Amino acid sequence: MIYRSQQLALRYFAASMLLFGVMIAAGLLTSLYYLRVGFLLDVFHFSTAKILHIDTLVLWLLMGFLGSVYWFLPLELEREVEWIGLAQKAFWIFVGTVAAVAATLSFVQYGGTSAASLWLINQGRKYVEAPRWACVLIAAVLVLFGVNVVATALRARRMTGILAVLIADLIPLIVLFLNAFSAEPNMSKDLFWWWWLIHLWVEATWEVFIGCVLAWSLLHLLGASRAIVESWLYVEVAMVLGTGILGLGHHYFWIGTPSYWLGIGGFFSALEPLPLLGMVIHAIYDAGAHRHQILNRPAFAWLLAEAFGNFLGAGVWGFMMTLPQINLFAHGTQWTASHSHFAFWGAYGCAVISVIYLVLQKIRAGRGDFESQAWKWAFALLNIGLVGMSSALLIAGMAQAFYERAIGGSTFQAFLTAQANRWMTEGLQARVLFGLVFTLGYFVLLYDFWKIGKGRRAPETTLRKEASG
Amino acid sequence: MIGDPRFWRSGALSATTVMVAVLVILSIDTLRAIRAGGRNVPAYTVINRRIGYAMDAATNRYRPVLGGEELLFGRRYSAQEAAELIERGKLVIQTRACLDCHTMFGIGAYYAPDLTKSWLDPIWPSWQAMTQASSREEAMVRFLQNPDRYPIGIRIMPNLRIDRADAEALVAYLKWLSSIETNGFPARFGD
Repeated sequence: MIYRSQQLALRYFAASMLLFGVMIAAGLLTSLYYLRVGFLLDVFHFSTAKILHIDTLVLWLLMGFLGSVYWFLPLELEREVEWIGLAQKAFWIFVGTVAAVAATLSFVQYGGTSAASLWLINQGRKYVEAPRWACVLIAAVLVLFGVNVVATALRARRMTGILAVLIADLIPLIVLFLNAFSAEPNMSKDLFWWWWLIHLWVEATWEVFIGCVLAWSLLHLLGASRAIVESWLYVEVAMVLGTGILGLGHHYFWIGTPSYWLGIGGFFSALEPLPLLGMVIHAIYDAGAHRHQILNRPAFAWLLAEAFGNFLGAGVWGFMMTLPQINLFAHGTQWTASHSHFAFWGAYGCAVISVIYLVLQKIRAGRGDFESQAWKWAFALLNIGLVGMSSALLIAGMAQAFYERAIGGSTFQAFLTAQANRWMTEGLQARVLFGLVFTLGYFVLLYDFWKIGKGRRAPETTLRKEASG
Repeated sequence: MIGDPRFWRSGALSATTVMVAVLVILSIDTLRAIRAGGRNVPAYTVINRRIGYAMDAATNRYRPVLGGEELLFGRRYSAQEAAELIERGKLVIQTRACLDCHTMFGIGAYYAPDLTKSWLDPIWPSWQAMTQASSREEAMVRFLQNPDRYPIGIRIMPNLRIDRADAEALVAYLKWLSSIETNGFPARFGD
């Protein structure tokens, strides 16, 4: 280990994997409410389990992202990250905040009708339910992270293309988080700005962020040319933001916003798969061009899974339901849940796992042997589990779209009729089974992270040589 | 030229700038349309009026239909009272994390029914009988205060310690929500 920043990165990866586990546990719990009437009624609400599931989803990915940058940044600039001592303290603040929020949500769950509940217990807005005090601290951690990156680049008097894109991306990423504090009474306005946070994080700034991380990964994993990697990154930014910014419109179909969003949102979100297809082509090209040079097969396999998963989950699954003529019926059903499971996994989950494998190789094996049977099992179980869950939810969602939305007209009775439909119930049962497969894959992945590459370091190789090479 | 990353950087900057500019322009118009009292979102005092939802032949989509006076809880709310009621309703929605089970405009969690047009749901007459209430809004209030007493099919709503004032604010919120022009979502509601 050379840099303190990279030690911090390892802590972030450990926290990320722990939260990944909490997300899975909460997800399994959430899925059980659908199978048994009155499950944990008045004891532990569905909403609480759901909040724990989706908020830890955001957090394990975010921590994985921060860890990735704390790992690659000193390699990129060949110096320690500025204010690293503060960043190390911020990590513990971040972890402590997440633990306190999880405990509050689990044991208190919700509060009375007052602003104090929003500050201390639950803000009740999807994905940003964490109370305001916690959002203040998370925002502070993100700001410090941005300061770390910018100050290090300034001190190094060096700017690379990847770093410039990352810094430019951090500005909207941090500013958009300010919406996490809103309590706007008008639901149309509330959701209008909320989508700026949710969509422009997930389908714009996060895509660019992970693009930067993957660009660094390709440099280190394949020894690819920086000019080519940076050109690809710019192409990706142009396509992701060129389609994704106005692709925001596909969330403005039904929230009270004007009807011109039907055309604009439909058109641009239909184009959103294009950059993802570009990434698949890029990945296949890299796999072919560099197949004899890959020393880290697990990292590369997860990188390919990211490209294909992103294209299928975000691109194909998203396109399937994004045109307003279909979305009118598919919207707000388990079909959406199918898409979000597949998309988050493909776009971000696989990428974080790929980076962790890359880092483990560097710290344990150098250019030595980095192989195991377990990574293949984890890869298979996690991906089969995820594709199975997404497919099961897709079947349930299509049944719901048909029976509740199209035939039933979305009334309470139509909702109940659809929920009792056999395709729906069996789809939700199958989701639990594939969730268990996914869980098994998670434990194998943890085992492999613990074991792979240990004691196999090639003696002549140093980390610094690899980094600069 | 295409081998030079700076060429692609210019493309990325241009695409992003153009799209952000278009988004800002559209957002200015959209925010005008969706303010309470804007062309798509009625003022909060709409809770004093009859609200319907019907197919509009001209646009070929379902649209809210605003009718004459129909008082809520037998009261006529002033603009300020209506705004305070809606504000409180939203606070109840957030503090009880309603959208982590339900959806509004199809957004939220998919465990419980969509509430976009719930004020207009054809189920209320039967629930009036079930709760022995004198009106639709009274039935909604009784249900919201003790939802676990009225299991409906395969879902039971937990008791979220909603008092009378909170429940009235929630009902007002749902009535106002049903008046918003949502481009035809949900389709065929109540057909």
